[in-house]
Amino acid sequence: MNTLVLQTQKVSLFYGERQALFDISLDVPKHSVVALIGPSGCGKTSYLRLFNRMNDLISNTSVTGGVYFHDQNIYAKSVDVVKLRRKIGMVFQKTNPFPKSMFDNVAYGPRAHGVFYKNKLQEIVERSLKQAALWDEVKDHLYESALTLSGGQQQRLCIARTLAVEPEVILMDEPASALDPISTQKIEELILQLKQKYTIVIVTHNLQQAARISDYTAFFYLGEMIECEKTEVMFTNPKMKRTQDYVTGRFG
Amino acid sequence: MAAQFLSQLKFKFARESSPDVFLESSIRGKQGWDKIWEKCLALISLFSVSIVFSIILFLVIEALPILSKVGFKELFFSDRWQPTSEVAGFGMLPLILGSIWVTVGALVLTVPLGIGCAIYLSEVAPIRMSLMLKPAIELLSAIPSVVYGFFGLVVVVPLAEKFFHLPVGQSIMVGSFILAIMALPTIISISEDALKSVPKSFREASLALGATRWHTISRVVVPAAFSGIATSVILGMGRAVGETMAVLMVTGNAAVIPHSFLEPVRTLTATIAAEMGETAQGGLHYQSLFLIGVLLLIITMILNGIASFIVQRVHQKNAV
Ligand SMILES: Nc1ncnc2c1ncn2[C@@H]1O[C@H](COP(=O)(O)OP(=O)(O)OP(=O)(O)O)[C@@H](O)[C@H]1O
Ligand SMILES: [Mg+2]
Repeated sequence: MNTLVLQTQKVSLFYGERQALFDISLDVPKHSVVALIGPSGCGKTSYLRLFNRMNDLISNTSVTGGVYFHDQNIYAKSVDVVKLRRKIGMVFQKTNPFPKSMFDNVAYGPRAHGVFYKNKLQEIVERSLKQAALWDEVKDHLYESALTLSGGQQQRLCIARTLAVEPEVILMDEPASALDPISTQKIEELILQLKQKYTIVIVTHNLQQAARISDYTAFFYLGEMIECEKTEVMFTNPKMKRTQDYVTGRFG
Repeated sequence: MAAQFLSQLKFKFARESSPDVFLESSIRGKQGWDKIWEKCLALISLFSVSIVFSIILFLVIEALPILSKVGFKELFFSDRWQPTSEVAGFGMLPLILGSIWVTVGALVLTVPLGIGCAIYLSEVAPIRMSLMLKPAIELLSAIPSVVYGFFGLVVVVPLAEKFFHLPVGQSIMVGSFILAIMALPTIISISEDALKSVPKSFREASLALGATRWHTISRVVVPAAFSGIATSVILGMGRAVGETMAVLMVTGNAAVIPHSFLEPVRTLTATIAAEMGETAQGGLHYQSLFLIGVLLLIITMILNGIASFIVQRVHQKNAV
Protein backbone atom coordinates (compact mmCIF):
# COMPACT_ATOMS: atom_id res chain seq x y z
CA MET A 1 0.00 0.00 0.00
CA ASN A 2 1.03 3.55 -0.76
CA THR A 3 1.89 6.13 1.81
CA LEU A 4 -1.12 7.80 3.34
CA VAL A 5 -1.66 11.46 2.58
CA LEU A 6 -4.91 12.02 4.43
CA GLN A 7 -6.41 10.05 7.23
CA THR A 8 -9.26 10.49 9.65
CA GLN A 9 -9.60 8.55 12.87
CA LYS A 10 -12.98 8.39 14.52
CA VAL A 11 -13.77 11.92 13.53
CA SER A 12 -17.07 13.51 14.50
CA LEU A 13 -18.41 16.89 13.54
CA PHE A 14 -21.00 18.96 15.36
CA TYR A 15 -22.95 21.92 14.08
CA GLY A 16 -23.75 23.45 17.43
CA GLU A 17 -25.58 20.72 19.33
CA ARG A 18 -26.35 18.67 16.25
CA GLN A 19 -23.96 15.94 15.26
CA ALA A 20 -23.47 15.72 11.51
CA LEU A 21 -20.67 13.13 11.31
CA PHE A 22 -20.20 10.04 13.47
CA ASP A 23 -16.81 8.46 14.15
CA ILE A 24 -15.54 8.35 10.61
CA SER A 25 -12.24 6.63 9.88
CA LEU A 26 -10.85 6.73 6.38
CA ASP A 27 -7.43 6.51 4.70
CA VAL A 28 -6.49 8.30 1.51
CA PRO A 29 -3.34 6.93 -0.14
CA LYS A 30 -1.05 9.09 -2.20
CA HIS A 31 -1.97 9.69 -5.87
CA SER A 32 -5.32 8.05 -5.52
CA VAL A 33 -8.82 9.27 -6.20
CA VAL A 34 -11.29 8.66 -3.40
CA ALA A 35 -14.95 9.19 -4.17
CA LEU A 36 -17.50 10.00 -1.49
CA ILE A 37 -21.02 8.94 -2.36
CA GLY A 38 -24.30 8.85 -0.50
CA PRO A 39 -27.74 10.41 -0.43
CA SER A 40 -28.24 14.14 -0.08
CA GLY A 41 -27.63 15.51 3.40
CA CYS A 42 -25.59 12.52 4.58
CA GLY A 43 -22.54 14.67 5.37
CA LYS A 44 -20.27 14.35 2.34
CA THR A 45 -19.62 18.06 2.03
CA SER A 46 -19.21 18.41 5.76
CA TYR A 47 -16.66 15.61 5.73
CA LEU A 48 -14.75 17.01 2.77
CA ARG A 49 -14.54 20.41 4.40
CA LEU A 50 -12.82 18.90 7.43
CA PHE A 51 -9.64 18.40 5.43
CA ASN A 52 -8.99 22.07 4.71
CA ARG A 53 -10.72 23.25 7.85
CA MET A 54 -13.38 25.11 5.89
CA ASN A 55 -15.89 24.21 8.60
CA ASP A 56 -13.99 26.60 10.86
CA LEU A 57 -15.71 29.42 8.99
CA ILE A 58 -19.10 28.30 10.26
CA SER A 59 -19.60 29.49 13.79
CA ASN A 60 -20.27 26.92 16.50
CA THR A 61 -18.78 23.89 14.81
CA SER A 62 -16.66 21.48 16.75
CA VAL A 63 -14.61 18.46 15.77
CA THR A 64 -13.55 15.45 17.79
CA GLY A 65 -11.20 12.71 16.72
CA GLY A 66 -8.19 13.09 14.47
CA VAL A 67 -7.74 14.41 10.95
CA TYR A 68 -4.22 13.79 9.69
CA PHE A 69 -2.27 15.17 6.79
CA HIS A 70 0.98 13.25 6.50
CA ASP A 71 0.61 12.10 10.08
CA GLN A 72 0.16 15.62 11.40
CA ASN A 73 -3.10 16.37 13.14
CA ILE A 74 -4.42 19.38 11.29
CA TYR A 75 -6.69 20.35 14.16
CA ALA A 76 -3.70 20.77 16.47
CA LYS A 77 -3.22 24.25 17.89
CA SER A 78 0.13 24.76 16.22
CA VAL A 79 -1.22 24.28 12.69
CA ASP A 80 -1.22 27.30 10.40
CA VAL A 81 -4.52 27.05 8.56
CA VAL A 82 -3.34 29.32 5.76
CA LYS A 83 -0.38 27.05 5.04
CA LEU A 84 -2.61 23.98 5.28
CA ARG A 85 -5.03 25.35 2.69
CA ARG A 86 -2.13 26.02 0.39
CA LYS A 87 -1.33 22.32 0.46
CA ILE A 88 -4.93 21.15 0.31
CA GLY A 89 -6.89 22.93 -2.39
CA MET A 90 -10.63 22.85 -2.91
CA VAL A 91 -13.02 23.06 -5.84
CA PHE A 92 -16.54 23.95 -4.80
CA GLN A 93 -19.84 22.54 -5.92
CA LYS A 94 -21.11 25.93 -6.99
CA THR A 95 -18.69 27.56 -9.40
CA ASN A 96 -17.33 30.64 -7.74
CA PRO A 97 -14.90 32.59 -9.91
CA PHE A 98 -14.05 36.03 -8.58
CA PRO A 99 -15.54 38.96 -10.49
CA LYS A 100 -12.11 39.62 -11.98
CA SER A 101 -10.38 38.76 -15.24
CA MET A 102 -9.58 35.12 -15.99
CA PHE A 103 -5.90 35.91 -15.58
CA ASP A 104 -6.43 37.53 -12.19
CA ASN A 105 -8.55 34.59 -11.10
CA VAL A 106 -5.85 32.04 -11.80
CA ALA A 107 -3.07 34.32 -10.57
CA TYR A 108 -4.94 35.00 -7.33
CA GLY A 109 -3.42 32.20 -5.30
CA PRO A 110 0.19 32.73 -6.40
CA ARG A 111 -0.17 36.46 -5.76
CA ALA A 112 -1.55 35.76 -2.30
CA HIS A 113 1.59 33.76 -1.68
CA GLY A 114 3.92 36.49 -2.81
CA VAL A 115 4.57 35.81 -6.50
CA PHE A 116 4.59 39.16 -8.26
CA TYR A 117 6.81 38.83 -11.33
CA LYS A 118 4.65 39.22 -14.40
CA ASN A 119 6.57 36.57 -16.35
CA LYS A 120 6.37 34.05 -13.57
CA LEU A 121 2.64 34.70 -13.14
CA GLN A 122 2.06 34.33 -16.88
CA GLU A 123 3.89 31.06 -16.83
CA ILE A 124 1.83 29.77 -13.91
CA VAL A 125 -1.46 30.91 -15.45
CA GLU A 126 -0.67 29.27 -18.76
CA ARG A 127 0.44 26.01 -17.17
CA SER A 128 -2.59 25.84 -14.88
CA LEU A 129 -5.06 26.61 -17.66
CA LYS A 130 -3.45 23.96 -19.86
CA GLN A 131 -3.68 21.44 -17.05
CA ALA A 132 -7.34 22.29 -16.61
CA ALA A 133 -7.91 21.86 -20.37
CA LEU A 134 -9.14 25.43 -20.71
CA TRP A 135 -6.15 27.15 -22.27
CA ASP A 136 -7.14 26.76 -25.92
CA GLU A 137 -10.58 28.18 -25.28
CA VAL A 138 -9.49 31.28 -23.40
CA LYS A 139 -5.92 32.10 -24.38
CA ASP A 140 -6.99 35.00 -26.61
CA HIS A 141 -9.10 36.76 -24.03
CA LEU A 142 -7.41 36.15 -20.71
CA TYR A 143 -8.09 39.68 -19.59
CA GLU A 144 -11.83 39.53 -19.98
CA SER A 145 -14.06 38.99 -16.98
CA ALA A 146 -14.24 35.39 -15.81
CA LEU A 147 -18.00 35.82 -15.62
CA THR A 148 -18.20 35.84 -19.42
CA LEU A 149 -17.35 32.12 -19.42
CA SER A 150 -19.93 29.34 -19.58
CA GLY A 151 -20.68 27.31 -16.47
CA GLY A 152 -18.44 24.44 -17.52
CA GLN A 153 -15.63 26.78 -18.42
CA GLN A 154 -16.03 28.59 -15.11
CA GLN A 155 -15.66 25.32 -13.23
CA ARG A 156 -12.52 24.46 -15.16
CA LEU A 157 -11.25 27.98 -14.40
CA CYS A 158 -11.85 27.29 -10.71
CA ILE A 159 -9.89 24.07 -11.07
CA ALA A 160 -7.07 25.95 -12.79
CA ARG A 161 -7.17 28.50 -9.98
CA THR A 162 -6.71 25.69 -7.47
CA LEU A 163 -3.93 24.07 -9.51
CA ALA A 164 -2.04 27.36 -9.74
CA VAL A 165 -1.27 27.10 -6.03
CA GLU A 166 0.30 23.65 -6.64
CA PRO A 167 -1.37 21.89 -3.73
CA GLU A 168 -0.71 18.26 -2.87
CA VAL A 169 -4.33 17.35 -2.41
CA ILE A 170 -7.41 18.56 -4.26
CA LEU A 171 -10.80 18.33 -2.62
CA MET A 172 -13.65 18.44 -5.10
CA ASP A 173 -17.26 18.89 -4.08
CA GLU A 174 -19.46 17.70 -6.92
CA PRO A 175 -17.36 19.58 -9.47
CA ALA A 176 -19.48 18.43 -12.39
CA SER A 177 -22.94 18.48 -10.89
CA ALA A 178 -24.14 21.52 -12.79
CA LEU A 179 -22.49 20.68 -16.08
CA ASP A 180 -23.50 19.19 -19.40
CA PRO A 181 -22.20 15.75 -20.39
CA ILE A 182 -19.38 17.12 -22.53
CA SER A 183 -18.04 19.42 -19.81
CA THR A 184 -18.47 16.60 -17.33
CA GLN A 185 -16.45 14.30 -19.51
CA LYS A 186 -13.73 16.92 -19.81
CA ILE A 187 -13.57 17.26 -16.06
CA GLU A 188 -13.44 13.49 -15.58
CA GLU A 189 -10.56 13.18 -18.04
CA LEU A 190 -8.91 16.01 -16.20
CA ILE A 191 -9.22 14.22 -12.88
CA LEU A 192 -7.71 11.05 -14.29
CA GLN A 193 -4.77 13.10 -15.53
CA LEU A 194 -4.36 15.04 -12.31
CA LYS A 195 -4.10 11.78 -10.44
CA GLN A 196 -0.54 11.42 -11.66
CA LYS A 197 0.52 14.39 -9.59
CA TYR A 198 -2.16 14.98 -7.01
CA THR A 199 -4.21 13.15 -4.46
CA ILE A 200 -7.92 13.73 -4.96
CA VAL A 201 -10.98 13.39 -2.78
CA ILE A 202 -14.17 13.93 -4.72
CA VAL A 203 -17.81 14.10 -3.72
CA THR A 204 -20.20 12.97 -6.41
CA HIS A 205 -23.83 12.05 -6.81
CA ASN A 206 -23.08 10.38 -10.08
CA LEU A 207 -22.32 6.73 -9.36
CA GLN A 208 -21.05 6.02 -12.86
CA GLN A 209 -18.70 8.90 -12.43
CA ALA A 210 -17.41 7.47 -9.17
CA ALA A 211 -16.96 4.12 -10.90
CA ARG A 212 -15.12 5.68 -13.83
CA ILE A 213 -12.64 7.86 -12.03
CA SER A 214 -12.05 6.68 -8.49
CA ASP A 215 -9.77 4.09 -6.95
CA TYR A 216 -11.65 3.93 -3.70
CA THR A 217 -15.26 4.71 -2.91
CA ALA A 218 -16.72 5.56 0.46
CA PHE A 219 -20.45 5.31 1.07
CA PHE A 220 -21.94 7.76 3.55
CA TYR A 221 -25.35 7.46 5.12
CA LEU A 222 -26.89 9.75 7.74
CA GLY A 223 -23.55 11.05 8.92
CA GLU A 224 -21.90 7.65 9.14
CA MET A 225 -19.51 6.00 6.79
CA ILE A 226 -21.10 2.67 6.04
CA GLU A 227 -18.34 1.25 3.92
CA CYS A 228 -15.16 2.10 2.07
CA GLU A 229 -13.70 -0.23 -0.51
CA LYS A 230 -11.77 -0.39 -3.70
CA THR A 231 -14.12 1.00 -6.30
CA GLU A 232 -14.41 -2.23 -8.32
CA VAL A 233 -15.39 -4.12 -5.21
CA MET A 234 -17.77 -1.44 -4.06
CA PHE A 235 -19.78 -1.53 -7.25
CA THR A 236 -19.73 -5.26 -7.83
CA ASN A 237 -19.60 -6.87 -4.47
CA PRO A 238 -20.24 -4.57 -1.50
CA LYS A 239 -20.30 -6.04 1.98
CA MET A 240 -23.16 -4.08 3.41
CA LYS A 241 -26.76 -4.41 2.35
CA ARG A 242 -27.30 -0.64 2.47
CA THR A 243 -24.41 0.00 0.12
CA GLN A 244 -25.72 -2.59 -2.26
CA ASP A 245 -29.15 -1.02 -2.24
CA TYR A 246 -27.66 2.38 -2.93
CA VAL A 247 -25.28 1.46 -5.73
CA THR A 248 -27.92 -0.60 -7.45
CA GLY A 249 -30.31 2.30 -7.17
CA ARG A 250 -32.79 0.64 -4.87
CA PHE A 251 -32.97 3.67 -2.67
CA GLY A 252 -32.39 7.36 -3.27
CA MET B 1 -50.07 44.91 -18.01
CA ALA B 2 -53.01 43.94 -20.16
CA ALA B 3 -51.34 40.74 -21.24
CA GLN B 4 -50.60 39.89 -17.67
CA PHE B 5 -54.20 40.47 -16.76
CA LEU B 6 -55.32 38.33 -19.62
CA SER B 7 -53.13 35.43 -18.61
CA GLN B 8 -54.37 35.78 -15.07
CA LEU B 9 -57.88 35.62 -16.41
CA LYS B 10 -57.15 32.50 -18.44
CA PHE B 11 -55.56 30.91 -15.44
CA LYS B 12 -58.63 31.56 -13.37
CA PHE B 13 -60.90 30.17 -16.02
CA ALA B 14 -58.74 27.14 -16.41
CA ARG B 15 -59.01 26.43 -12.73
CA GLU B 16 -62.66 27.11 -12.26
CA SER B 17 -64.48 24.58 -14.36
CA SER B 18 -67.63 26.65 -14.68
CA PRO B 19 -66.92 30.34 -14.69
CA ASP B 20 -70.01 32.01 -13.27
CA VAL B 21 -71.16 35.59 -13.33
CA PHE B 22 -69.88 36.23 -9.85
CA LEU B 23 -66.34 35.38 -10.84
CA GLU B 24 -66.44 37.69 -13.82
CA SER B 25 -67.73 40.64 -11.94
CA SER B 26 -65.18 40.20 -9.18
CA ILE B 27 -62.40 40.29 -11.73
CA ARG B 28 -63.82 43.48 -13.18
CA GLY B 29 -64.03 44.93 -9.73
CA LYS B 30 -60.42 44.07 -9.11
CA GLN B 31 -59.41 45.71 -12.34
CA GLY B 32 -61.24 48.83 -11.25
CA TRP B 33 -59.35 48.96 -7.98
CA ASP B 34 -56.09 48.37 -9.78
CA LYS B 35 -56.77 51.39 -11.98
CA ILE B 36 -57.60 53.57 -9.01
CA TRP B 37 -54.45 52.54 -7.19
CA GLU B 38 -52.35 53.21 -10.24
CA LYS B 39 -53.85 56.68 -10.63
CA CYS B 40 -53.34 57.46 -6.95
CA LEU B 41 -49.70 56.43 -7.02
CA ALA B 42 -49.08 58.35 -10.22
CA LEU B 43 -50.66 61.42 -8.66
CA ILE B 44 -48.54 61.14 -5.54
CA SER B 45 -45.31 60.79 -7.47
CA LEU B 46 -46.31 63.60 -9.78
CA PHE B 47 -46.94 65.77 -6.75
CA SER B 48 -43.53 65.15 -5.22
CA VAL B 49 -41.76 65.69 -8.52
CA SER B 50 -43.62 68.93 -9.03
CA ILE B 51 -42.55 70.12 -5.58
CA VAL B 52 -38.93 69.47 -6.43
CA PHE B 53 -39.28 71.34 -9.69
CA SER B 54 -41.05 74.30 -8.14
CA ILE B 55 -38.29 74.60 -5.54
CA ILE B 56 -35.67 74.62 -8.26
CA LEU B 57 -37.68 77.10 -10.29
CA PHE B 58 -38.17 79.34 -7.28
CA LEU B 59 -34.48 79.30 -6.43
CA VAL B 60 -33.41 80.03 -9.97
CA ILE B 61 -35.92 82.84 -10.50
CA GLU B 62 -34.87 84.57 -7.30
CA ALA B 63 -31.19 84.09 -8.01
CA LEU B 64 -31.00 84.94 -11.71
CA PRO B 65 -31.08 88.77 -11.59
CA ILE B 66 -27.85 89.00 -9.62
CA LEU B 67 -25.91 87.24 -12.34
CA SER B 68 -26.49 90.13 -14.73
CA LYS B 69 -26.32 92.87 -12.08
CA VAL B 70 -23.07 91.86 -10.41
CA GLY B 71 -21.56 89.68 -13.05
CA PHE B 72 -20.18 86.22 -13.21
CA LYS B 73 -16.61 87.29 -12.71
CA GLU B 74 -17.08 89.08 -9.41
CA LEU B 75 -19.46 86.47 -8.07
CA PHE B 76 -17.21 83.51 -8.58
CA PHE B 77 -13.68 84.90 -8.65
CA SER B 78 -13.63 87.80 -6.22
CA ASP B 79 -12.56 87.01 -2.69
CA ARG B 80 -14.58 89.80 -1.10
CA TRP B 81 -17.83 88.68 0.49
CA GLN B 82 -19.15 91.82 2.15
CA PRO B 83 -22.76 92.02 1.06
CA THR B 84 -23.77 94.54 3.72
CA SER B 85 -20.88 96.98 3.58
CA GLU B 86 -20.98 100.40 1.94
CA VAL B 87 -19.31 99.11 -1.20
CA ALA B 88 -20.93 95.69 -1.27
CA GLY B 89 -18.83 92.72 -2.35
CA PHE B 90 -20.45 89.53 -3.56
CA GLY B 91 -17.42 87.34 -4.11
CA MET B 92 -18.53 83.84 -3.25
CA LEU B 93 -15.09 82.32 -3.63
CA PRO B 94 -14.32 82.32 0.13
CA LEU B 95 -17.60 80.56 0.82
CA ILE B 96 -17.08 77.99 -1.89
CA LEU B 97 -13.55 77.33 -0.70
CA GLY B 98 -14.82 77.23 2.87
CA SER B 99 -17.27 74.49 1.98
CA ILE B 100 -14.64 72.59 0.05
CA TRP B 101 -12.04 72.78 2.84
CA VAL B 102 -14.48 71.68 5.52
CA THR B 103 -15.87 68.87 3.37
CA VAL B 104 -12.47 67.60 2.25
CA GLY B 105 -11.24 67.69 5.84
CA ALA B 106 -14.29 65.77 6.97
CA LEU B 107 -13.80 63.16 4.24
CA VAL B 108 -10.15 62.68 5.10
CA LEU B 109 -11.20 61.84 8.64
CA THR B 110 -14.42 59.97 8.04
CA VAL B 111 -13.68 57.79 5.00
CA PRO B 112 -10.92 55.65 6.50
CA LEU B 113 -12.69 55.56 9.83
CA GLY B 114 -16.09 54.70 8.36
CA ILE B 115 -14.84 52.06 5.94
CA GLY B 116 -12.60 50.61 8.63
CA CYS B 117 -15.56 50.39 10.97
CA ALA B 118 -17.71 48.80 8.30
CA ILE B 119 -15.04 46.19 7.57
CA TYR B 120 -14.66 45.49 11.25
CA LEU B 121 -18.41 45.11 11.74
CA SER B 122 -19.02 42.89 8.74
CA GLU B 123 -15.82 40.84 8.57
CA VAL B 124 -14.06 40.77 11.89
CA ALA B 125 -16.28 41.54 14.86
CA PRO B 126 -17.85 38.69 16.77
CA ILE B 127 -21.63 38.76 16.56
CA ARG B 128 -22.10 39.99 20.10
CA MET B 129 -19.72 42.87 19.51
CA SER B 130 -21.51 44.05 16.39
CA LEU B 131 -24.85 43.72 18.14
CA MET B 132 -23.52 46.17 20.69
CA LEU B 133 -21.82 48.56 18.28
CA LYS B 134 -24.55 48.90 15.68
CA PRO B 135 -27.20 50.60 17.83
CA ALA B 136 -24.53 52.97 19.10
CA ILE B 137 -23.62 53.92 15.56
CA GLU B 138 -27.25 54.31 14.60
CA LEU B 139 -27.68 56.58 17.58
CA LEU B 140 -25.11 58.91 16.04
CA SER B 141 -27.49 59.66 13.20
CA ALA B 142 -30.37 60.30 15.59
CA ILE B 143 -28.62 63.20 17.32
CA PRO B 144 -29.88 66.56 16.01
CA SER B 145 -27.24 68.62 14.31
CA VAL B 146 -27.60 71.54 16.76
CA VAL B 147 -26.51 69.18 19.48
CA TYR B 148 -23.43 68.29 17.47
CA GLY B 149 -22.76 72.00 17.06
CA PHE B 150 -23.21 72.54 20.76
CA PHE B 151 -20.88 69.66 21.59
CA GLY B 152 -18.33 71.04 19.15
CA LEU B 153 -18.53 74.50 20.59
CA VAL B 154 -18.32 73.50 24.22
CA VAL B 155 -15.94 70.53 24.04
CA VAL B 156 -13.98 70.38 20.80
CA VAL B 157 -13.31 74.09 20.29
CA PRO B 158 -11.62 74.57 23.70
CA LEU B 159 -9.60 71.41 23.09
CA ALA B 160 -8.45 72.75 19.73
CA GLU B 161 -7.47 76.02 21.40
CA LYS B 162 -5.42 74.18 23.94
CA PHE B 163 -3.70 71.72 21.64
CA PHE B 164 -2.87 74.04 18.77
CA HIS B 165 -2.46 77.22 20.86
CA LEU B 166 -5.11 79.04 18.88
CA PRO B 167 -6.53 82.36 20.02
CA VAL B 168 -9.87 81.23 18.60
CA GLY B 169 -10.65 77.55 18.40
CA GLN B 170 -13.45 77.82 15.86
CA SER B 171 -11.83 76.53 12.71
CA ILE B 172 -12.05 74.32 9.65
CA MET B 173 -10.53 71.52 11.65
CA VAL B 174 -13.24 71.49 14.27
CA GLY B 175 -15.93 71.77 11.57
CA SER B 176 -14.41 68.85 9.69
CA PHE B 177 -14.20 66.84 12.85
CA ILE B 178 -17.85 67.37 13.73
CA LEU B 179 -18.96 66.69 10.15
CA ALA B 180 -16.85 63.56 10.08
CA ILE B 181 -18.74 62.20 13.07
CA MET B 182 -22.05 63.16 11.51
CA ALA B 183 -21.23 61.44 8.22
CA LEU B 184 -19.98 58.29 9.94
CA PRO B 185 -23.33 56.47 10.33
CA THR B 186 -24.17 56.94 6.64
CA ILE B 187 -20.81 55.64 5.51
CA ILE B 188 -20.68 52.79 7.99
CA SER B 189 -24.18 51.43 7.46
CA ILE B 190 -24.19 51.60 3.65
CA SER B 191 -20.65 50.21 3.38
CA GLU B 192 -21.45 47.45 5.83
CA ASP B 193 -24.53 46.46 3.84
CA ALA B 194 -22.42 46.38 0.70
CA LEU B 195 -19.75 44.24 2.35
CA LYS B 196 -22.30 41.89 3.86
CA SER B 197 -23.93 41.32 0.50
CA VAL B 198 -20.69 40.01 -1.02
CA PRO B 199 -21.39 36.30 -1.53
CA LYS B 200 -19.86 33.96 1.03
CA SER B 201 -18.59 31.82 -1.83
CA PHE B 202 -16.05 34.52 -2.76
CA ARG B 203 -14.61 34.52 0.72
CA GLU B 204 -14.50 30.73 0.81
CA ALA B 205 -12.81 30.56 -2.58
CA SER B 206 -10.14 32.97 -1.48
CA LEU B 207 -9.49 31.34 1.88
CA ALA B 208 -9.44 27.88 0.30
CA LEU B 209 -6.60 29.08 -1.93
CA GLY B 210 -4.56 29.76 1.17
CA ALA B 211 -5.03 33.51 1.21
CA THR B 212 -5.01 35.19 4.59
CA ARG B 213 -8.12 36.80 5.96
CA TRP B 214 -6.71 40.25 5.36
CA HIS B 215 -5.79 39.39 1.77
CA THR B 216 -9.30 38.08 1.25
CA ILE B 217 -10.86 41.26 2.59
CA SER B 218 -8.65 43.65 0.69
CA ARG B 219 -8.51 41.82 -2.65
CA VAL B 220 -11.90 40.19 -2.92
CA VAL B 221 -14.48 41.48 -0.48
CA VAL B 222 -13.79 45.21 -0.65
CA PRO B 223 -13.43 45.31 -4.46
CA ALA B 224 -16.67 43.34 -4.81
CA ALA B 225 -18.41 45.84 -2.56
CA PHE B 226 -16.81 48.82 -4.23
CA SER B 227 -19.94 50.38 -5.69
CA GLY B 228 -21.71 50.36 -2.34
CA ILE B 229 -18.70 51.77 -0.54
CA ALA B 230 -18.28 54.53 -3.12
CA THR B 231 -21.96 55.36 -2.86
CA SER B 232 -21.70 55.58 0.90
CA VAL B 233 -18.79 57.99 0.65
CA ILE B 234 -20.63 60.21 -1.81
CA LEU B 235 -23.78 60.25 0.26
CA GLY B 236 -21.72 61.03 3.34
CA MET B 237 -20.10 63.82 1.37
CA GLY B 238 -23.52 65.12 0.41
CA ARG B 239 -24.42 65.20 4.06
CA ALA B 240 -21.24 67.13 4.84
CA VAL B 241 -21.80 69.68 2.08
CA GLY B 242 -25.40 70.25 3.07
CA GLU B 243 -24.95 70.38 6.82
CA THR B 244 -25.63 73.84 8.18
CA MET B 245 -26.24 74.30 11.86
CA ALA B 246 -23.33 72.45 13.40
CA VAL B 247 -20.87 73.91 10.95
CA LEU B 248 -22.16 77.41 11.52
CA MET B 249 -21.57 77.01 15.23
CA VAL B 250 -18.00 75.71 15.15
CA THR B 251 -16.23 77.12 12.12
CA GLY B 252 -15.98 80.71 13.27
CA ASN B 253 -18.12 82.48 10.73
CA ALA B 254 -15.36 84.29 8.86
CA ALA B 255 -15.97 84.69 5.15
CA VAL B 256 -12.33 84.82 4.13
CA ILE B 257 -10.24 82.52 2.02
CA PRO B 258 -8.59 80.02 4.38
CA HIS B 259 -4.94 79.03 4.19
CA SER B 260 -4.83 76.22 6.72
CA PHE B 261 -7.12 73.90 8.59
CA LEU B 262 -6.58 75.91 11.75
CA GLU B 263 -8.24 79.01 10.37
CA PRO B 264 -11.88 79.98 10.75
CA VAL B 265 -14.07 79.86 7.70
CA ARG B 266 -17.66 80.19 6.53
CA THR B 267 -19.38 77.62 4.38
CA LEU B 268 -22.09 78.15 1.74
CA THR B 269 -24.83 76.73 3.92
CA ALA B 270 -23.77 78.63 7.02
CA THR B 271 -23.86 81.86 5.03
CA ILE B 272 -27.48 81.38 4.05
CA ALA B 273 -28.49 80.49 7.59
CA ALA B 274 -26.60 83.36 9.16
CA GLU B 275 -27.59 86.10 6.76
CA MET B 276 -31.06 85.30 5.52
CA GLY B 277 -32.69 87.05 8.44
CA GLU B 278 -31.03 90.39 7.81
CA THR B 279 -31.68 90.78 4.11
CA ALA B 280 -34.32 92.84 2.37
CA GLN B 281 -36.47 90.74 0.10
CA GLY B 282 -35.58 91.26 -3.56
CA GLY B 283 -32.33 93.07 -2.80
CA LEU B 284 -28.95 92.12 -4.15
CA HIS B 285 -27.93 90.46 -0.91
CA TYR B 286 -31.14 88.46 -0.91
CA GLN B 287 -30.56 87.35 -4.47
CA SER B 288 -26.98 86.40 -3.76
CA LEU B 289 -28.13 84.06 -1.02
CA PHE B 290 -30.47 82.39 -3.49
CA LEU B 291 -27.60 82.01 -5.87
CA ILE B 292 -25.77 80.19 -3.11
CA GLY B 293 -28.79 77.94 -2.81
CA VAL B 294 -28.64 77.19 -6.53
CA LEU B 295 -24.96 76.45 -6.21
CA LEU B 296 -25.57 73.99 -3.38
CA LEU B 297 -28.28 72.35 -5.41
CA ILE B 298 -25.93 71.91 -8.36
CA ILE B 299 -23.21 70.46 -6.13
CA THR B 300 -25.56 67.88 -4.60
CA MET B 301 -26.95 67.00 -8.00
CA ILE B 302 -23.45 66.41 -9.30
CA LEU B 303 -22.63 64.23 -6.29
CA ASN B 304 -25.79 62.19 -6.77
CA GLY B 305 -25.02 61.91 -10.47
CA ILE B 306 -21.57 60.55 -9.71
CA ALA B 307 -23.03 58.09 -7.22
CA SER B 308 -25.55 56.68 -9.66
CA PHE B 309 -22.93 56.63 -12.41
CA ILE B 310 -20.64 54.49 -10.27
CA VAL B 311 -23.44 52.15 -9.31
CA GLN B 312 -24.51 51.77 -12.93
CA ARG B 313 -21.00 51.19 -14.20
CA VAL B 314 -20.30 48.50 -11.66
CA HIS B 315 -23.63 46.85 -12.40
CA GLN B 316 -22.76 46.75 -16.08
CA LYS B 317 -19.35 45.32 -15.31
CA ASN B 318 -20.85 42.57 -13.18
CA ALA B 319 -23.64 41.86 -15.62
CA VAL B 320 -21.42 40.52 -18.39
N1 LIG C 1 -23.66 25.30 8.06
C1 LIG C 1 -24.39 24.33 8.61
N2 LIG C 1 -25.02 24.54 9.79
C2 LIG C 1 -25.77 23.57 10.34
N3 LIG C 1 -25.97 22.37 9.80
C3 LIG C 1 -25.38 22.09 8.63
C4 LIG C 1 -24.56 23.06 7.97
N4 LIG C 1 -24.11 22.52 6.81
C5 LIG C 1 -24.63 21.28 6.77
N5 LIG C 1 -25.37 21.01 7.85
C6 LIG C 1 -26.09 19.75 8.13
O1 LIG C 1 -25.20 18.69 8.10
C7 LIG C 1 -25.75 17.60 7.41
C8 LIG C 1 -24.85 17.18 6.28
O2 LIG C 1 -24.81 18.19 5.32
P1 LIG C 1 -23.84 18.15 4.07
O3 LIG C 1 -23.92 19.44 3.36
O4 LIG C 1 -22.50 17.73 4.52
O5 LIG C 1 -24.50 16.99 3.20
P2 LIG C 1 -24.10 16.46 1.77
O6 LIG C 1 -23.89 14.99 1.90
O7 LIG C 1 -23.00 17.24 1.22
O8 LIG C 1 -25.43 16.70 0.96
P3 LIG C 1 -25.60 17.06 -0.58
O9 LIG C 1 -25.37 15.81 -1.32
O10 LIG C 1 -27.01 17.53 -0.69
O11 LIG C 1 -24.61 18.12 -0.92
C9 LIG C 1 -27.13 18.02 6.93
O12 LIG C 1 -28.08 17.45 7.79
C10 LIG C 1 -27.13 19.51 7.07
O13 LIG C 1 -28.39 19.96 7.47
MG1 LIG D 1 -22.80 18.59 -0.48
